Amino acid sequence: MLRFLIKRLLLASTTLVAISIVTFLLFFAVPTSPAWVMCGRNCSPERIAQVEQSLGLDQPITTQYTDFVKGVFAGRTFDDAGTIRECDAPCLGYSFRSQEPVTDSLARTLPVTLSIVIGAMVVFLTVGIGLGMLAALRKGSVFDRVAIGASVGFASTQTYTLGGVLLLVLVYSTGILPNPSYTPITENPLAWASGLLLPWITLGLINSALYARLSRAQMIETLTEDFVRTARAKGLPARTVNRRHALRAAITPLVTIAGVDLGSYLGGVVITESVFSLNGIGRAAADAVADLNLPLVMATVLVAAFFIVTMNIIVDMLYAVIDPRVRLG
Amino acid sequence: MSNTPAAADSRSPGTEDTAVAVLQPDTTAAKAFVGRSPGQLAWLRLKRDRTAFGSAITVAVFILVALLAPVISRLYGMTPTAGFSDKLNFEGLPVGYLGGISGEHWLGLEAGSGRDLFMQLIFGLRTSLIIAFAAAIISIALGVVVGIVSGYFGGWVDQALTWLTDFMLAFPFLVFALAIIPIINTALYDVGEEVPGSFRITVIIAVFALFGWMTTARLVRGQVLSLREREYVEAARAAGAGSAHILFKQLLPNIWAPILVAFSLALPGFIAAEAALSFLNIGVVEPTPDLGRLVYYGRQWLGTPDWAYFMIPATAVFVVVLAFNLLGDSLRDALDPKAGK
Repeated sequence: MLRFLIKRLLLASTTLVAISIVTFLLFFAVPTSPAWVMCGRNCSPERIAQVEQSLGLDQPITTQYTDFVKGVFAGRTFDDAGTIRECDAPCLGYSFRSQEPVTDSLARTLPVTLSIVIGAMVVFLTVGIGLGMLAALRKGSVFDRVAIGASVGFASTQTYTLGGVLLLVLVYSTGILPNPSYTPITENPLAWASGLLLPWITLGLINSALYARLSRAQMIETLTEDFVRTARAKGLPARTVNRRHALRAAITPLVTIAGVDLGSYLGGVVITESVFSLNGIGRAAADAVADLNLPLVMATVLVAAFFIVTMNIIVDMLYAVIDPRVRLG
Repeated sequence: MSNTPAAADSRSPGTEDTAVAVLQPDTTAAKAFVGRSPGQLAWLRLKRDRTAFGSAITVAVFILVALLAPVISRLYGMTPTAGFSDKLNFEGLPVGYLGGISGEHWLGLEAGSGRDLFMQLIFGLRTSLIIAFAAAIISIALGVVVGIVSGYFGGWVDQALTWLTDFMLAFPFLVFALAIIPIINTALYDVGEEVPGSFRITVIIAVFALFGWMTTARLVRGQVLSLREREYVEAARAAGAGSAHILFKQLLPNIWAPILVAFSLALPGFIAAEAALSFLNIGVVEPTPDLGRLVYYGRQWLGTPDWAYFMIPATAVFVVVLAFNLLGDSLRDALDPKAGK
């Protein structure tokens, strides 16, 4: 287990380093001066020179990258128009547009994304897997056909379409729900939940469709396996066979998918955040792109990649715990 | 499908027919035994599938409409860019119900600009489909090449390509696309300079292709790994065939089915992804007509009493993606009846 973990961690760190290099090259090696791009449309030449110097753009790209890495582990300082700005470790860059280290901005937006994703996952894991399992147990019935038919429809629905329809029906026309907003859970849990209900439903329903289909297929396959037949032959009641034997085996592959999904969602559910105007990390990145606030965009890419890579490792480890057939080596 | 007895002939003796009747009691015993290739079998299954029929017709209609958009525009008597601001009220909303739907403007007018929505829609469909088809073709081709090379050669080549695949999968696609598309645009065009629509489209296709090949590569690699030890490959090798011949003449024809399915399911994925990018105003922008851009534009009017500008393009994207998805599913069921069901 430990050897496997070390091996995976090494591989993951190479992937992250490679991603950071690629991102770094893309952002800093573009023909147009990055200072120009970062500073914006109405930037004076003096200001550009200033930004260039404080970014260390006059230095070779390798020095710039080592400075960046040093900033991640030890922190660094930026000279913003004569003012020295501290950027503590892990420093992922400094945004001249919002005049703060990008980590400050990420710390503000990440809880929003986290809240959206956690709530949506609760919805799609329960609804999706629940429907899929029930459909598998009643394979061929009307319920099965309706559930699977609906899941095909929902799987083809776009977040912005469903989100828009729900906004129109539940908020703009009838006012059943408040306009989505983010309140920290520590401040007011009720406002937190009611403000995020729409994104949870939207993201939850669309993903439920996928999980329902997957879990139905898994469950149907599992129900034909020998160990299920053995359990039935022993005379166990159907409920015990389905719940204790089949469900556990069928759910294992879904854990992998759910984990990988969690990893990619934490890096920003861009569309959901944009539809409901919630300031999550994805929407902040999209806005930053529009503002050409490149340090923030680059930091978001790195953080998102970090979540993906980390969740992959966690999923692999978890897999070994819940599936006794897996031996890590 | 692979169980079809190779020796079976359409004029097989009566004993053979009864054997069929025993195996498949619900088919008529008189039916003659015909040897069919897997492709023919898949085609037969596809023809019997009503969902496949319906979705294929829908997809065909969409493709035809997109192809014939200029002709339709001529017949309809309007160009997609012509504005009818005289039919808008002082708030920029079209006069009339549901976004000004009338005999003249079948789907109404766009709020603000007063362009005909039907024209925008069919030309937008054109853009979306061009991007989706080009991205799907390139990414699948890339995936097939990487997968075949990786699976066939094994060793360090395989290790390197597998690492590359994992590496690419670790990229947060949407956020990265969000970042890289404007960078490419600003790198090649000065800030403030107009970036041509065709260039934007090319960049989107390139980004999709770059991030779309990994699943195909994994799929093909797995298939090749199991096929390369087969006797016919060994026979070809013994006969002195080169690697290229074995790869593309022996292996590729045997894995076309999963590749075709991957292609047909990649299309709706790319249509949706392209619309998502345009919804974020990163993909296709004015004045190029595009489905996602129409949705993005319509989103601003969602709070007004006239929500048709949002619903019509959003429904169009939904129907296109649904039709392509259903067709892809049917194709998968027909080519591999054991999968998915």
